[in-house]
Amino acid sequence: MTEVKKSFSIKGMHCASCVRILERTLKKVNGVENAVVNLATEKATVTYDDKFCAEEDLAQAIKKTGYELEIHEKSEDIEQEEKKKELRTLRNRVIFSLAIGGIIFWGSFPGLMETAPAFLKNFYIQLLLATPVQFWAGLPFYKATIPALRNRLANMDTLVALGTTVAYVYSAFVTLFPYVVKSANIEPAPYFDVAAVVIALILLGRYLEAKAKAGTSEAIKKLIGLQAKTARVVRNGKEIDISIDEVQIGDIIRVRPGEKIPVDGEILEGESSIDESMVTGESMPVEKTVGDSVVGATFNKSGSFLYKATKVGKDTMLSQIIKLVQEAQGSKAPIQRIADAVSSYFVPIVIMLAIATFVIWYIFGPNPILLFALLNMVAVLIIACPCAMGLATPTAIMVGTGKGAEHGILIKNAESLEIAHKIDTVIFDKTGTITQGKPIVTDFFFMEDIADFKKELGWKLPKGLSIEEYILGLVKSLEKTSEHSLSGAIINYEIKNKVKEYKVEKFQAVSGQGVLGVVDGKKVVIGTRKFMENQHIFRCAGLDQKAEGLLSEAKTLAFVGVDGKNVALIGIADTIKETAKEGVALLRKMGIEVVMITGDNERTAQAIARKVGIEKILAEVLPDQKEVEVRKIQSTGAKVAMVGDGINDAPALAAADIGIAMGTGTDVAIEAAGITLINKDLRSVAAAINLSKKTMKTIKLNLFWAFGYNIILIPVAMGVLFPFFHILLSPIFASVAMASSSISVVSNSLLLKRVKFS
Amino acid sequence: MSLDKILVSVFGILGIVFTYWFFLMKKEKVVAITSDSVDIIVSGGYQPEVISVPKGKTTKINFLRKDPSSCLEEVVLSDFKIRKYLPIGEKASILIKPEKAGIYNFVCGMNMFHGKIIVV
Repeated sequence: MTEVKKSFSIKGMHCASCVRILERTLKKVNGVENAVVNLATEKATVTYDDKFCAEEDLAQAIKKTGYELEIHEKSEDIEQEEKKKELRTLRNRVIFSLAIGGIIFWGSFPGLMETAPAFLKNFYIQLLLATPVQFWAGLPFYKATIPALRNRLANMDTLVALGTTVAYVYSAFVTLFPYVVKSANIEPAPYFDVAAVVIALILLGRYLEAKAKAGTSEAIKKLIGLQAKTARVVRNGKEIDISIDEVQIGDIIRVRPGEKIPVDGEILEGESSIDESMVTGESMPVEKTVGDSVVGATFNKSGSFLYKATKVGKDTMLSQIIKLVQEAQGSKAPIQRIADAVSSYFVPIVIMLAIATFVIWYIFGPNPILLFALLNMVAVLIIACPCAMGLATPTAIMVGTGKGAEHGILIKNAESLEIAHKIDTVIFDKTGTITQGKPIVTDFFFMEDIADFKKELGWKLPKGLSIEEYILGLVKSLEKTSEHSLSGAIINYEIKNKVKEYKVEKFQAVSGQGVLGVVDGKKVVIGTRKFMENQHIFRCAGLDQKAEGLLSEAKTLAFVGVDGKNVALIGIADTIKETAKEGVALLRKMGIEVVMITGDNERTAQAIARKVGIEKILAEVLPDQKEVEVRKIQSTGAKVAMVGDGINDAPALAAADIGIAMGTGTDVAIEAAGITLINKDLRSVAAAINLSKKTMKTIKLNLFWAFGYNIILIPVAMGVLFPFFHILLSPIFASVAMASSSISVVSNSLLLKRVKFS
Repeated sequence: MSLDKILVSVFGILGIVFTYWFFLMKKEKVVAITSDSVDIIVSGGYQPEVISVPKGKTTKINFLRKDPSSCLEEVVLSDFKIRKYLPIGEKASILIKPEKAGIYNFVCGMNMFHGKIIVV
């Protein structure tokens, strides 16, 4: 018995019941031991005995149920292998044609042929050598031309095939029937070198172009390569290694130090430092503990932990990123319209121009008219390069979007990339964008003479506890009972300080003012200054003074009163992201106006804006009014980018010329945003605009180069310079120029890889 | 003007007219797709070159590439944000569900061969 375990893609699945139907069907097939179907990955993992059952049997059984089981699935590796094989064949053709072309060239080029052995100058030998170059090395040109002509279409291969065939057929005719040519007063000289060398050089160009083009899709390959292959899942109390395709939502997975995290999930036990740079572009390792989410394909550095899989297959963050980048690379930039308009007419027009060239040279050209007419016609056919125009935009888009993804900047489509370079105003939402969006305790002051106060009241504290620790304990105990949003911030602060808790009695919450209760027998009041007054708490001058300072920094205050005396003051604020100030400075350096929009009052807004270096603020804007404000700025003629979290401010993001969303959690596809910054780094706003500028510059240069090349060199090949300067373009030079034009376009796009990110 | 020059001129003009007619005056043949899927042969272009599909319906387009030309190794449907590698001799499928009527182009990776999806 030979037991085989294989995974197959299933098409047509849409619900959990499909899983049951498919598993049941597969298990019924003779020879099948077990079948596990995963809805999220749309894959079936089947264990079967291949003596009794073939893959086709499985496919047949599945087909009857209305689904489709794919037997031959091309993986990325196979695709790569196929491309490599194609490249190898191409390389052989290049080497062969260059070697033979070079020999023919040696035996026929004036000035060089004198050094060649006599047999190489023999036309029959040249015919013999040129034939395999024309029909074996040049076979790809014919293979592409013939079916295209059947469809009444033409492309670059048509031009090369036509041009080289004309040169080859003329040369063969001259060699085989020299007397016919002689009778027309033409020296019977063949041009096998033109046909062979042109084929060799164009193939060489195509080979180099294919190698360079592979570099344009490198980012996607890198992302796909990040995926972990296996996961260590805890099943029935045992840890077993299974294929990543078999991981189900809810599986408990063990990750040890130095291992890759297989899929997205939430930590259940343990803590660790995780390097997420490869997926999110966030440069610093992130500390994670119980309850925190982890991202698949990131690297666990130090600790060991258990986590629950929450997203698998195509739903993981990495899969979403890959999908988004692939989509962006398949989209079209509006600037490409210029190339689109030309592409359908280009090759037929070149063929018409080539015929015209022949006629004009034949009628008006100098002697030998037939040779001039023929060679110039071939030069026109060879020099025209529609490829460069076709490659100019997409290669730059591919490198640009890929480069962005490597740094945590996900660009939704080519259009967004194109618009971003025109941005002159960036509006930042405050909460969650400039700030963390989570209030934390930034200051905790005790009254200066707190030790005296303790004595005054005659408190007896638990052993080893300072008065400060004791008060922290009282505050924590009372706040824990409260449901106010700021309580979370205070409790988190207390947790950090690991304080003791006490029994709370007579708890009372006064809306908008504070909380009070009896904790460990003491009357504790926490809240606003007004609340303190209402509760007849004796104020502390020192703390009042500190409160003024905190207010000027736009912090929220919470006074703490114990047994009628204000003993402490808590300052709470939503902290500013570390990268905010630098992010704003980078934008301003680029000459971009930066605006902050917030629902906060003017004073709070000013305090935050001052800290990050923003001068223009729009304060007290209600959430539903943000969109209106964006449109107002746009009406002044500004090109606006709106930066927000993509959840609460989606209409404003959609209204802006481009919406930039800060990544939250593991969802990367934010509908309203053209750009998503999964690295949560505000400096990336400037980096994204910079990347867009550089990409557009590359596209424009590529288009200029591709169009300019054809517009200038086609007339030169036709011979427009001949009457004035006696300049003509040899078909061999034309092939060099043609091959280098598309390589230069692709190489120029690859230069985008060097764009620096701050 | 000698006879040979006259002949060359006449054949030249005829050649230009023929090229224009052959490549640029081709009539589009629209193939209406009523089933859920359509096979498009990729060989020196796309056959059928123009298909029409109903609005709002999911249609599976199977590209079968027979042509080794590197130009045709990718198909791009930019309106659907799809750029797909087409392995030789095998079907590569894409699913589209156009929600708006109109003409959507598909092109080869180098933008030299074109096809159309007419959504009605």
